[in-house]
Amino acid sequence: MSEIIFLTIIGIAILLCFLRMIKGPTAPDRAVAVDTVSTITTALLVLLGFVFKRYVYLDVSLVYAVLTFIGSVAIARFLERGI
Amino acid sequence: MQLVGKIVTGIGVVFLFSGGLGIFRLPDVYNRLQAGTKCTTLGAFFTIVGVGIMEPAWFLKTLLIALFILLTNPISNHALGRASCKSGVPLCDKSIVDKTKEFEECHREEKE
Repeated sequence: MSEIIFLTIIGIAILLCFLRMIKGPTAPDRAVAVDTVSTITTALLVLLGFVFKRYVYLDVSLVYAVLTFIGSVAIARFLERGI
Repeated sequence: MQLVGKIVTGIGVVFLFSGGLGIFRLPDVYNRLQAGTKCTTLGAFFTIVGVGIMEPAWFLKTLLIALFILLTNPISNHALGRASCKSGVPLCDKSIVDKTKEFEECHREEKE
């Protein structure tokens, strides 16, 4: 029962970040929103692995964390001085 | 053990929600960056460690993921903030102090 409440609250948080991503006036706003969504998704994957009782979700979450870190640094470098 | 894990996960989920709310509500890139960094790092840490407490066989791997987030999330967000400052995004109207502008002026005077 409590897992459903946790998943719903995390879903509302991701929805708010998506609204900012649609609305945001400048490009760094959208980049910040995407970065926040990616961090929230890492936690959401671990929680989903607990709900479904699958150990594989932890590997998926770890690889996702590494990839989003590289992606955020690449976006920041692109915003700072171009490709 | 189940109850402790559920309480820790609940604290983390509340922090994640406040991070999303701050991203939506705050007026400025830098304020949003602050909400998106602090709340999300602490919330993800508590959520993942709480799952590890609820399922003791998974504890080491969840601790590894949580420590990785704790190390890398501030780095990437700092890079984003530096990039938005360098690319000239203005501060919001209510901002009082701008330390980077003062620093650049001091630096320019020293050069001259």
